[in-house]
Amino acid sequence: MTATSGARIHLENLTKIYPGSTGPAVDNVNLEVRAGETVIFVGPSGCGKSTTLKMINRLIEPTSGRIRIGDEDVTDMDPVRLRRKIGYAIQASGLFPHMTVAQNIALVPKMIGWSRARVGSRVEEMLDLVGLDPGEFHGRYPRQLSGGQQQRVGVARALAADPPVLLMDEPFGAVDPITRDHLQDELIRLQHELHKTICFVTHDFDEAIKLGDRIAVLRERSHIAQFDTPEAILTNPTDDFVSGFVGAGAALKRLNLTRVRDVGVVDFPTAGVDDPLQDIFDTLRSGATNELLLLDRNRRPYKWLRRGDLSRAKGSLARAGTLVTDTVTRDATLRDALEAVLTDNAGRVAVTGRRGEYTGVVDVETLMNNVHELLEADRLEALAHQHDLQEQRERETRLAQEGLDTGEGGPGGRA
Amino acid sequence: MSFWEYVGTRHAQLLTDTYQHASVVFQCMVLATVLGVLIGVVTYGSEWAGGLATTSTATVLTIPSLALIGLLIPVVGLGVPPTVIALTLYGLLPVVRNAIVGLRGVDPALVDAAKGIGMSRTARLVRVELPLAWPPILTGIRVATQMLMGIAAIAAFASGPGLGNEIFRGIASLGSANSLNQVLAGTVGIVILALLFDAAYVLIGRLTISRGIRA
Repeated sequence: MTATSGARIHLENLTKIYPGSTGPAVDNVNLEVRAGETVIFVGPSGCGKSTTLKMINRLIEPTSGRIRIGDEDVTDMDPVRLRRKIGYAIQASGLFPHMTVAQNIALVPKMIGWSRARVGSRVEEMLDLVGLDPGEFHGRYPRQLSGGQQQRVGVARALAADPPVLLMDEPFGAVDPITRDHLQDELIRLQHELHKTICFVTHDFDEAIKLGDRIAVLRERSHIAQFDTPEAILTNPTDDFVSGFVGAGAALKRLNLTRVRDVGVVDFPTAGVDDPLQDIFDTLRSGATNELLLLDRNRRPYKWLRRGDLSRAKGSLARAGTLVTDTVTRDATLRDALEAVLTDNAGRVAVTGRRGEYTGVVDVETLMNNVHELLEADRLEALAHQHDLQEQRERETRLAQEGLDTGEGGPGGRA
Repeated sequence: MSFWEYVGTRHAQLLTDTYQHASVVFQCMVLATVLGVLIGVVTYGSEWAGGLATTSTATVLTIPSLALIGLLIPVVGLGVPPTVIALTLYGLLPVVRNAIVGLRGVDPALVDAAKGIGMSRTARLVRVELPLAWPPILTGIRVATQMLMGIAAIAAFASGPGLGNEIFRGIASLGSANSLNQVLAGTVGIVILALLFDAAYVLIGRLTISRGIRA
């Protein structure tokens, strides 16, 4: 069977006001999701991201605005018929416990009137697609499955009738981190095969970066703070809210933006290949470490020499020590340096200048100290941002209240 | 005459009474189940209506059965009609209460999921909510049946069918040779019937409750 690929989703001025509440829960959202694209709605709890998602399949009816899927305006369509064309996967899988895995997956295909045989083969196909052995899992009940397996079946059920659009509401929120990682990888693989249009809600920014073609960072009332690729959001957050939300990711980003030359490299005992053996011996004995870096005639890192290597060398350096396999330049990013240090079995790497000459060494300890300093700086910066944001909000609230008094009202102070 | 001799000589009458007793309880129970689940389905969604349904069925239960049947006689006459009406009313409470509790106890996330994959209101009720609420409803039916077994004996007061006739005849002729045997036969018959019905419910439970939610 050839799979239906994604359809474009277009939200126009979408607003939801719950009866009895003062302000809108979702305020005038305009968003276009391209066909076959994975868009992640990410934001703090209560920002209306889930409400926005549920308005796409009209589990929550919008107060105003239009929803278009493909070329069709679905705002006034029969919601039951609409939902059968939209896959829906939720947290903790939402499988019906009194039905077997096969019955759960078969629900939507049966409802839209597929033949028995077609439903049967589709169930097998879907189980296979999400990496579960049909023979083994077909007749099981949800409670006989692990959390991760349940979630896979949940995705299989959502995809069973081959809908062009898939809505996922924090689907991996209730599983352990390792399983979540697997499920994310699986989803990426699936999407690579299927090219559905996926809208995915999460509050986990790392998940958003991993899965999204584009990320919509939402603030309260579902206002879009930034809607862009993960790279753009990481390197160029539009405002304090976004950079605050990127949070821990910012530290990693800092590793990419910080160069080795910006952090201190440590000095390491060195010796030239032409130095007399006795000098090398003396250096090793007097040095704090029991190792030194042997440099070649152009002062490039050549070999790591340990005390033991020397005693076995018997007068010649030709076969003693370990050849230097990896060096980083002073312009390398901290991330590259970390990579090199992590793969080196002694946990250090030589840093070289422009012509490959030795300038110093970075080791795990130096890197750790630097990363800690960066993190600490970032944390303080984020705190300051939060504080500013808080003050700004308070000011806005005050303005809004005063505005109400003077009869102006409206969303005062929002820039 | 010993109890066993009495049973031996009157077994034809006793079997007829037992059969009628079982039959009237069974039929009233079917009626009470259908009505009770219906009332539950209609009212569980609203706090107010659900409360009203539970309270009114509970009120019915506080009316003494003899009084209720007595009150029904001038309205619907003697025999089967007052019996069926009274038994059905008494059977309602446990079914209604458990139906409401069961339907309200269905995980909202599952109802949300059912809606989200495109199930209509009816499909949601029939395929998701009722099957998940079925174990407590069945418990309600079981409790109601036990209760009706005893109450059905009172129906003989209104010339209704069943083992109550044996008991009433015995009480009416207290002091005569067979009076004790008559009361005993009626009572033992009801107890045996109750046990048989209970066994049947265990079987029905095994057959109708999905393996996925069975305790």
